[in-house]
Amino acid sequence: MSATRPRPLLVVGAGIAGITATLEAAEAGHEVVLVEREPAVGGRAIRSHHYFPKLCPPSCGMELNTRRLERNPRVRVITGATVTACRESNGGREVTVARTPAFVNDRCTLCGACSAVCPAKVKDPFNLGMAEVPAIRLPHPYAWPKRFVLDRDACPAGCRKCAEACTYDAIDLDAKPTQETIEAAAVVVATGWNPYPIDKLPELGGGVLADVIANVQMERLAAPAGPTGGKILRPSDGKPPTRVAFVQCAGSRDTNHLPYCSAVCCLATLKQAIYVHEQLPEAEITIFYIDRRTPGRNEDMLTRVAELKGVHFVKGKVGSVVAGADGSLVLKAEDVELGRIVETRVDLVVLATGMVPNLKSDETPFGLLRDEDGFGVEGAAGVIVAGVARRPEDVAATTRDATGAAAKACMVTGRSA
Amino acid sequence: MERLGVFLCTGCGIGEALKVDALASTAGELGAATCTTHPCLCSPEGVATIRAAFEDGTIGGALVAACSPLAKSTEFRFDPAKCAVERVSLREQCAWSHPAGDEDTQVLADDLVRMGYARLAKTNLPKPIAETIERTVLVVGGGVAGLAAARAAAEMGHPVVVVESGDHLGGHVAKLSHLVPDRPPYDTLQPNRIADLIAAVTSKPDVRVYTSAKIRSITGQPGQFHVEIDTPSGGHTLMAGAVVQATGSRPFDAGKLGHLGYGASPNVVTASRLDEMLAGGGVTRPTDGKLPGRIVFVQCAGSRDPQHLPYCSADCCGTTLRQVAQIHQAHPEVETAVIYRDMRTPGQIERFYAAVQQQPGSMFTRGEVASISGNGTLVVHLKDSLLGDDVELQADLVVLATGAVPNSADGEAIRTFRDATKRSQTAESETQRDEARKIAEQFAAHEGTEILNLGYRQGPDLPTLRQGFPDSHFICFPYETRRTGIYAAGSLRAPMDSVQATEDGFGAAMKAVQCINAAGRSEAVHPRSGDIGTPDFFLQRCTQCKRCTEECPFGTLNEDEKGTPQLNILRCRRCGICMGACPERIISFPDYSVDAVASMIKATSVPEDYEEKPRIIALICENDALPALDAAAARRIQWNPWVRVIPIRCLGSTNIVWIADSLSRGIDGVVLIGCKYGDDYQCHYVRGSELAHTRLGNVQETLQRLALEKERIRVVELSHDEFERIPAILDEFCKEVVDLGPNPLKGF
Repeated sequence: MSATRPRPLLVVGAGIAGITATLEAAEAGHEVVLVEREPAVGGRAIRSHHYFPKLCPPSCGMELNTRRLERNPRVRVITGATVTACRESNGGREVTVARTPAFVNDRCTLCGACSAVCPAKVKDPFNLGMAEVPAIRLPHPYAWPKRFVLDRDACPAGCRKCAEACTYDAIDLDAKPTQETIEAAAVVVATGWNPYPIDKLPELGGGVLADVIANVQMERLAAPAGPTGGKILRPSDGKPPTRVAFVQCAGSRDTNHLPYCSAVCCLATLKQAIYVHEQLPEAEITIFYIDRRTPGRNEDMLTRVAELKGVHFVKGKVGSVVAGADGSLVLKAEDVELGRIVETRVDLVVLATGMVPNLKSDETPFGLLRDEDGFGVEGAAGVIVAGVARRPEDVAATTRDATGAAAKACMVTGRSA
Repeated sequence: MERLGVFLCTGCGIGEALKVDALASTAGELGAATCTTHPCLCSPEGVATIRAAFEDGTIGGALVAACSPLAKSTEFRFDPAKCAVERVSLREQCAWSHPAGDEDTQVLADDLVRMGYARLAKTNLPKPIAETIERTVLVVGGGVAGLAAARAAAEMGHPVVVVESGDHLGGHVAKLSHLVPDRPPYDTLQPNRIADLIAAVTSKPDVRVYTSAKIRSITGQPGQFHVEIDTPSGGHTLMAGAVVQATGSRPFDAGKLGHLGYGASPNVVTASRLDEMLAGGGVTRPTDGKLPGRIVFVQCAGSRDPQHLPYCSADCCGTTLRQVAQIHQAHPEVETAVIYRDMRTPGQIERFYAAVQQQPGSMFTRGEVASISGNGTLVVHLKDSLLGDDVELQADLVVLATGAVPNSADGEAIRTFRDATKRSQTAESETQRDEARKIAEQFAAHEGTEILNLGYRQGPDLPTLRQGFPDSHFICFPYETRRTGIYAAGSLRAPMDSVQATEDGFGAAMKAVQCINAAGRSEAVHPRSGDIGTPDFFLQRCTQCKRCTEECPFGTLNEDEKGTPQLNILRCRRCGICMGACPERIISFPDYSVDAVASMIKATSVPEDYEEKPRIIALICENDALPALDAAAARRIQWNPWVRVIPIRCLGSTNIVWIADSLSRGIDGVVLIGCKYGDDYQCHYVRGSELAHTRLGNVQETLQRLALEKERIRVVELSHDEFERIPAILDEFCKEVVDLGPNPLKGF
């Protein structure tokens, strides 16, 4: 890089936080490098069916964002890559980016000839493993960069069918990992979150009972591009449920699991209650909660759902979920208003699991302080934390926060462009 | 545009589905300067042929007949200031969505090439604007959000002017000794560091602060706002490039909370009053000046109440926890009880809640306050509480956790008031004047509420959403207001606490400096960021109908006394809604115009012999409907081949003449597919889709007068993810048009 050209900002993680921080800084005039681990951008947000409280599809805003990414000459996006080192250097950060092999390159036209001949099936990570897809495929309908991806580990030994089928020279089965070093003026860490694993909640049937699912799975069941084409069906028998229970704070606000409040689960549940009600108007929906947290204008969601026929709120924490004799599920909860234990029989249980920051488990190269729960705390020179890497928050708060993070990164440089 | 090159791709199944050589003949017939067929046009080799044709001067514009304009956009992007490019979607619109080798598919492809060619012929290169741009950021409001914005803008190298109406900086937060913790371990009160923030702002050489000051007027446009302010030392004028409005919020008027005992007993106080006590001489009972033995906090005082504030004020639970912690710290002997409906401590504030709950003498119970009685010692009557159905609590002091009301002014309502007042004096008939007087009365409460005093045709302040918060796409694009270059921040924008307001100030400052820099590069801002094309108004033909000035969602256009629009180009977002509104068709973009789309409609084939093969035009929004249609094609979902799809910038840019042209050409039906509208609108330009619905409603009436069935025109709302629905909409519409029979104007 020439001495006259200012160093770029580097953003790690291309979920809604990282994309927002990238675009806001780049549209101001900074060069920005966006590094994403997955083959396509969008992170967790793109896996939701709808955003609350507007109940609009995330792909709509993401479409606009990806167009902004591809149109902006100051943005460079590196997918399939992770940051392996990030050390202080000349008042900025020297960042090492390791890229997985690009088995499919940007000559890919999305024609689909490779998928058609692929003999290997994998569990679809976009649909949280709830569907099977060919090992080579478009990651999801809204994937950007618009390019197929290959799970090379799933290839049968010696199989080169996809490469042979591709007439555009877009597949290189012998691609090798690469690495590069980027001198960045500042780094924005927007590495996001993972859902708290439901198999840590066996007392609630998590990982034990097929019809106990996580809220993130419910998003995929409701989405048109999901494993059921948008139909809410019980995993065990593929039938629509008539009684659905939502268990709030499944893991959150619980010193045995996550002591903090994950901030989005109440609203996610209210949104999902609307999904269920709209598809299955006769369904009985019971929501077990400690507090219903719908701050700000999101209160409208609570008002709206409380008026829906068939929706019941029970203040109380669910103690157990067990299999009933007839294929149903039985929840035992303390109804604190009635002051006694109640039993509720349902067909489908949704655990409103919380958010675990990826910074918690990852080997973090950023030299960041983290709190007890793994959320990033600012303080390291030239490193800014954005989105759920910093604290549990919803998409609306994340886009706000990430725009502020872009400002902080620009402030490090002393320039807006 | 002259010297058009046609570049046909045969890859991705196009070559198998279509007779591409026939399309090449069409290109020749149309007069193309060159026509090239390539097996993979998006490959570096394919792109190189197009680039070479531009560079050697063979062509001035390229018609790329390959995949959708949404695919391979990086590959087919050439310098927009020098090269015109039009895309024809042979892959998604033909090869992937219609039977290969079918006659109808070939006719469709031929039409698409003709339509694209017609549009490209009407495309001009943009002429970048060159304006002098002011870099100063004006921050209105010196609370935490405003201070954060000022600091951020200054540290990004911009001069800053802060205008605060009060006599001090820091707003209500300045009066607090402690804040809710925002850093680990999140379990103890945090000293208020606002003095550091104030110092960081005021110590900067390029920051000017005016307190006890007000905005007299803001005129002009982003990059060139002319600002007049009134201060105790007199008036000042300055130039600003962008504005951050951070005028904060005020406590809900406790006078309306008589049912919670406010006003009946002096021992019922607001949270703000308690903060004054905590900051001043200590917490005392107003009636006797003694330390209260037990303090009861009532949450949601005014909030979450359809009678008062339907929203949750988002800050009151944290405020109460802070106050409880402060009281226990100062007076461990005082008991506190918090009556809540739901305790809202999202994220790590939960740890603070847990810590406060652990303090001896601290009690929390869910419940509703039925009434508060007594004068000295008060009795709080609870219903539906966890302590029982009908419980009484004694209290020496009751603190109402009052909600927050944004300090916003409803610019559109103020304008309605002003217009109606004027009409009540000047309208021709007494009836009209009476009607205007009624409207003026209805909006009279907005008189004198102005904050920004914008010199905008559409009103002196930002438009507000329901509940009084300034409008924005508050999930994806939270700072986007409907006045370009003016960004709302903090508790003005949405209910939030001081930590969030600080971040919000940073974010709004980012948007402000971005707008200034984009103006300096002659580029549009969100959502068409980077677009260098600007609208042209051919004012000689303007009839002063004012539709454009009324309908622009972004207040771009002012009017002179006669009603002629005055373009403020740096306010423009390039949506084309004015172009759709104009009955004289005098508004055009270099790459998008009424004439260009009309030429596309004219270029479609209309079978004269009906034979149950009608012709349908689908005007679809390029933001949501086009991606949905592409997603359907990617799944090889088929739709009716009689449809000719024309992607448009926004449904609101639809000019009625396109409908008239279509019908008079014998086209049998026109369907418009755009984004959802209403309170939860998905339109990227806020009102475009809604305006299209209104305009088309009017057209349908006209059709009926012309003895044409109104069912020939349809407007549909569609979400981005409804890829299964959009082919069905097209198919169903075709079926209904068949049932209507041929357009009676066919062949005329």
